[in-house]
Amino acid sequence: MRPEVRKGTSLAITVLVSVGRHPLTGRGRRADQDARGVELARALPEAEVQLLHAGTLGEGSEAALRGYLGMGFDALTLLEQPEGADILPALAETLDEASPQLVITGECAERGEGSGLLPYLLAERLGWPVVSGVVAVEGVAAGVATLLQALPRGQRRRLEVRLPAIVTVDGAAPAPRQSAYGPARRGKLELVPGAVSLDDDWAHWQVQPARKRPKRLKIVKAASARDRFKAAAAKAEGGGGQVLEGVTPEQGAAAIFKLLKDEGVLR
Amino acid sequence: MLDTLLPILIFSALALAAIGAWRRLRLWRQGRPSPVPILKGLAAMPRRYLVDLHHVVGRDKVMSNTHVATAGGFVAAAALMLLVHGLGFDSPVLGGLLLLASATMFVGSRFVARRRRNPPARLSKGPWMRLPKSLAAFSAGVFLITLPTVGVLPEDFGSGILALVLAAVVAWGLGELFFGMTWGGPMKHAFAGALHLAFHRRAERFSTRTGGAGRSTGLKALDLDDPEAPLGVEKPSDFTWNQLLGFDACVQCGRCEAMCPAFAAGQPLNPKKLIQDMVVGLAGGSDAAYAGSPYPGKPVGEHHGTPHGPIVAREGKALVDAETLWSCTTCRACVEECPMMIEHVDAIVDMRRFLTLEHGNTPGKGAEVLDNLIATDNPGGFDPGSRLHWAADLNLPLMADVKQTDVLLWLGDGAFDMRNQRTLRAFVKVLRAANVDFAVLGNEERDSGDVARRLGDEATFQSLAKRNIATLARYRFQRIVTCDPHSFHVLGNEYGELGGAYDVCHHSTFIAELYQAGRLAFAPWKGGSVTYHDPCYLGRYNGEYEAPRAVLKALGIEVAEMARSGFRSRCCGGGGGAPITDIPGERRIPDMRMADVQETGAELVAVGCPQCTAMLEGVVDAGAEVRDIAELVADALVETPADGETQSQRPQAVEVV
Repeated sequence: MRPEVRKGTSLAITVLVSVGRHPLTGRGRRADQDARGVELARALPEAEVQLLHAGTLGEGSEAALRGYLGMGFDALTLLEQPEGADILPALAETLDEASPQLVITGECAERGEGSGLLPYLLAERLGWPVVSGVVAVEGVAAGVATLLQALPRGQRRRLEVRLPAIVTVDGAAPAPRQSAYGPARRGKLELVPGAVSLDDDWAHWQVQPARKRPKRLKIVKAASARDRFKAAAAKAEGGGGQVLEGVTPEQGAAAIFKLLKDEGVLR
Repeated sequence: MLDTLLPILIFSALALAAIGAWRRLRLWRQGRPSPVPILKGLAAMPRRYLVDLHHVVGRDKVMSNTHVATAGGFVAAAALMLLVHGLGFDSPVLGGLLLLASATMFVGSRFVARRRRNPPARLSKGPWMRLPKSLAAFSAGVFLITLPTVGVLPEDFGSGILALVLAAVVAWGLGELFFGMTWGGPMKHAFAGALHLAFHRRAERFSTRTGGAGRSTGLKALDLDDPEAPLGVEKPSDFTWNQLLGFDACVQCGRCEAMCPAFAAGQPLNPKKLIQDMVVGLAGGSDAAYAGSPYPGKPVGEHHGTPHGPIVAREGKALVDAETLWSCTTCRACVEECPMMIEHVDAIVDMRRFLTLEHGNTPGKGAEVLDNLIATDNPGGFDPGSRLHWAADLNLPLMADVKQTDVLLWLGDGAFDMRNQRTLRAFVKVLRAANVDFAVLGNEERDSGDVARRLGDEATFQSLAKRNIATLARYRFQRIVTCDPHSFHVLGNEYGELGGAYDVCHHSTFIAELYQAGRLAFAPWKGGSVTYHDPCYLGRYNGEYEAPRAVLKALGIEVAEMARSGFRSRCCGGGGGAPITDIPGERRIPDMRMADVQETGAELVAVGCPQCTAMLEGVVDAGAEVRDIAELVADALVETPADGETQSQRPQAVEVV
């Protein structure tokens, strides 16, 4: 068991930041969810926030990374990784060494693979819990963080998680503060060489722009304004959901296993 | 007795004034360096005072004459008094002139007193209320002590109790006028004002003997290449020294306050108070001694500052609140009206620059707009590839295809706004009717950077400007015509410093020229009465008051002028990023402007600016319709006899959306 966080000491947070991509123009920028993650960390009193990016320093990425510095940071640690490298081992190694209490990251990168798997793989490697879709860190006491997680349709769920942990930020988290030019220009990008593990598969991949998928038109047969609003606000629902309460972990696992089999995820 | 007392009084007052002047100079020199030609400036000062300053003061004839009598009388009396009473040249001729000068000054002081009897709200009270008495004391005292010199009274008149009383009166006058001039009394405006005129940061705005009353309205660029150069103004000492000097020259007449649209709307801004706050900042202290109208909704006495302390605090209160700075629409009404030629807008933008570039604290939608400008080159965040969608059916010639043209039509960001697209379509119709050789940049055009600059984001402005300049450098054209006065101002007055010099004009100017050249013909006007709203960035910023009126006249419209028109036009509230920062007030500026329109009884208000159109059309229950001049012209077009046939074949020129 890790020693409890002593009272008065600051909470060490590392925010993993990536280079974003503007949806219309494709220009580099601070990624929206990562910036929200930085804002989340900044909002915590007594937090000691580190910014960490794994990648290359280029013309395209520097402006975007400086965008994070413009949120009021003196430095950003840049774990040098060549284009196409698997950043996971390097990140895991660095985080393991630095051992922050909380790692905050966006849910999905705006460029590159963008699989959204990084937080889970990282958590698996480090053996830390991962909480997705967080909109607020409400407090940290005795090594346990109280988190607010976003659910569909504006619902929220309060969770407690023992630190260290990885949390991913939902798009509904508070909007990031403005990035100011002065601090962005002054801030330092501290280059740190990282262990490189080349991704051989990636080199053979063929990348092409995504084709817009056809969207089914929603035909709303609503009699009243309330119905129309409900239809507009509704999110797609599976319908066949099932809530298990008061079951043992084994029973729960069995239920999930059965579902995955039924759905054809597991064969 | 007076013969010995007077020289002592005069020279000790002069000595104290000199010490005060030195102290004041040291206060101003806390500012950043700004090289000015010292001797050339001093030599130009009398002309700047007598011509340019009095051109502004002369808008109020009574006050102008009062000032001529009082100030002229004082300068003459002071010089003559130095000779006659200070140095003892008591010839009857000099004495007579001194009598005349002090008498003139006394008359002037009576008019100053009359002004102070029921002072309008815009005038500061406090120490200013005693000024007429001090002026009267000085002039009357000097007059009486000079009487023996010319022999009207016996020489031995200057002894006894009476002489002591007279000496006391003169000492009072000397104290206010010599001592107070440099130690911070109301007369400080004369000392600081004279030097401010000599060392003004915008020497080009003054007229010269060879004519050309210059206009200098473009903001000055920040040096972004030097990482040490400060980004805007954080502390009073971050202003240049001659800006500080300019603040100190303020005479607190409140003409700016009377003209300020934000003040009238009850937003927390009063240009006069802002300048006085800067004076408080440069000397250090609290604003409790300020005796004029406060910022609406902000009591006096709660703010304080020092020359090297922050003007706007990140939290809590310092010298000025951020919302005061963000209330400004940069309409320049205060600058236009200021008899001391103070540059309020420069100062406000300087302070905004710091808030945006260092604090990252642009209020309202500011941050979003700036992010959009960085990512998409337009404030609305629209796809830059859709800039020409409104003209899909117009087949506009693109610069990329034609490479050279007579007229480059600069669309501005109005190209994304459905209301402004109607104006643009109308203007294209007019251009085609007059057979003008024109082209557009299309998707290569970017926002001019106007909003970014006025929101204080100089970095984004310069980035946009440099890329626009690089684009324009690839093509050849005679001139740029635009329907957007903001683009007009930025392209014409602000790109020069960054290396882009263009001949830019507003579409109304261009239409007026086309009409004069006989290339347009209009059907007679059949509508109702019309008034015209001068856009700030066309009028005060660029001096174009005549062309829009000439176009309206050519249309057969007789303009029913508003009380505030021309250089005194009231802002629509849409400039300077004010609709983006959206500082709350008691009223809305466009509502007040539409009330001005309603007063004229006009059924239609002609405008020439996409911002004005948007702001004025946004007024609920407005009595008047808002139309751009281009739309009025396009509606009235009839075939010109010479080349009417070719024009009438074009179906796209007839369509009006």
